[in-house]
Amino acid sequence: MESIRDLKQLDLLAGGSTALHRLDPRAKVLVTAIFIVLVISFGRYELAALLPFMIFPIVMVVLANLPPLFIIQKILLVTPFVILIGIFNPLFDREIVIQLGALGISGGWISFTSILVRSALTVGAAFILIATTGFTAVCQALEQMGMPQVFAVQLLFLYRYIFVLNEEGSRASKARELRSCGRNNLSLGSYTSLVGHLLLRTWQRAERIHMSMLARGFVGRFHARRQSRFGRTELWFVLGWVTLFLLLRFINIPQRLGSLLTGVSV
Amino acid sequence: MSHHIVEVTNLRHIYADGTVALQGVSFRIHHGESVAIIGANGAGKSTLLQHLNGYLEATSGDIRIGDTPLSKTTLPDIRRTVGMVFQNPDDQLFMPTVFDDVAFGPLNLGLTGEHLEKRVADTLEQVGAGHLSDKPPYHLSGGEKKRVAIATVLAMSPDILVMDEPTSGLDPFARRQLMDLLGKFHHTKIFTSHDLDMVLALCERTIILHDGMIMADGATEEIFRNEQLLAAGRLEKPFSMQGCPICGGRLNL
Ligand SMILES: Nc1ncnc2c1ncn2[C@@H]1O[C@H](COP(=O)(O)OP(=O)(O)OP(=O)(O)O)[C@@H](O)[C@H]1O
Ligand SMILES: [Mg+2]
Repeated sequence: MESIRDLKQLDLLAGGSTALHRLDPRAKVLVTAIFIVLVISFGRYELAALLPFMIFPIVMVVLANLPPLFIIQKILLVTPFVILIGIFNPLFDREIVIQLGALGISGGWISFTSILVRSALTVGAAFILIATTGFTAVCQALEQMGMPQVFAVQLLFLYRYIFVLNEEGSRASKARELRSCGRNNLSLGSYTSLVGHLLLRTWQRAERIHMSMLARGFVGRFHARRQSRFGRTELWFVLGWVTLFLLLRFINIPQRLGSLLTGVSV
Repeated sequence: MSHHIVEVTNLRHIYADGTVALQGVSFRIHHGESVAIIGANGAGKSTLLQHLNGYLEATSGDIRIGDTPLSKTTLPDIRRTVGMVFQNPDDQLFMPTVFDDVAFGPLNLGLTGEHLEKRVADTLEQVGAGHLSDKPPYHLSGGEKKRVAIATVLAMSPDILVMDEPTSGLDPFARRQLMDLLGKFHHTKIFTSHDLDMVLALCERTIILHDGMIMADGATEEIFRNEQLLAAGRLEKPFSMQGCPICGGRLNL
């Protein structure tokens, strides 16, 4: 619960003032999107070729002066879900594809690791995008790049809604804990009532928050605090990264390096 | 300016579950008036206020703000005119930082750049929350949240200020600060409160709500002198009007 709340801290990091923070959000959204698409587009047994892509998150974290540990923690937050998705690969796919001495590594383990690496890269890139730009500005950029306004606003509401649900949830569970006198067995009846209440309250509260937004002149359009335009710096930023990504995608650098060292051509 | 008049006629509100929260409330509040709406818990105060900027829809009855009847089409304008501070500040704060939250309204009004920064900084200073600017709202104390919530509304410079229990949860200093601030706000003010001393200090007029009906409407001092009336409305004289239990004299407010 607490960890979701921490996610909000990502938005706080967006208040920074490095050159990367000041870059037009569209440039960052575009580069991040291309990065994610290319990382996902790799074949399932591809592993080594993914590693050079780490340069993007690392460089971004350094340039934006983000706390690396914090970002890593946030990425770890989603790993359980990823493990859940990938864990069946080693079970079903037992064909040995790499023989390291006596140790045979099955295709399943490779694709499992590949899923982990890919999710860490993409989730990390998305988090870094939020931490350098702010979710509001990301939505606004999406809208400027052609996403219908309704969707952009919905996306933003969805994002806020997660936090509201989380706050209400932690409040309800605290109240329940205090009144259950240390006994931690929750009967099915009180559990369903807790969940029911939670959803109702979240909905009501989201409604009131929406109301308060309307009361402050909200007409379905979000304004970012920072005014920016897509200038030459943005162009270079996008071209530079995209070129690098394409190179990394279509030239397998670790393999080249390997064959260079061992003298065996592939 | 007739713009700042609030006129409520025969307002009834029945909640979806059948609770009759307001049963025919009528009053007219003039420009620049400062009016308190008091009454027991559940009397319908919050329900009444939430009609004034269209948060709740009346079951029957009319509301006019200035010359404009409240309806779907006039709602955006009315919301710009009527600044509303909710009873629970958590409902009002939703941006990542205090600054962003206070800036949300002015941004929607079209303020940008330096004007925006200045407006936000000034408003936060007014409520004594200047030092909180970069904090996330969910890390604030209850009273700090309240002050920021008030700032979010003041930053829109509304013509009519509506507040649901503005001083609840504030420490004595912050309460005094807010009272001074409200004293300086010369537009129409309407608020509910259980802080009767504040009501006495700030409002020349008081409306007592009881079970969704107006029980009394008149000069604050007169109403507070009428002990029978107060008792019937589950209320008490403000402390400053009661004899001092220690020295036997009257306090001065
Ligand atoms: N959403 C709702 N659904 C049904 N009944 C409601 C709802 N909200 C409030 N009520 C009922 O309407 C009546 C008036 O509530 P309201 O919140 O206006 O009281 P109040 O005068 O503001 O009280 P307090 O001093 O405690 O804030 C109460 O009896 C309450 O139980
Ligand atoms: Mg109330």
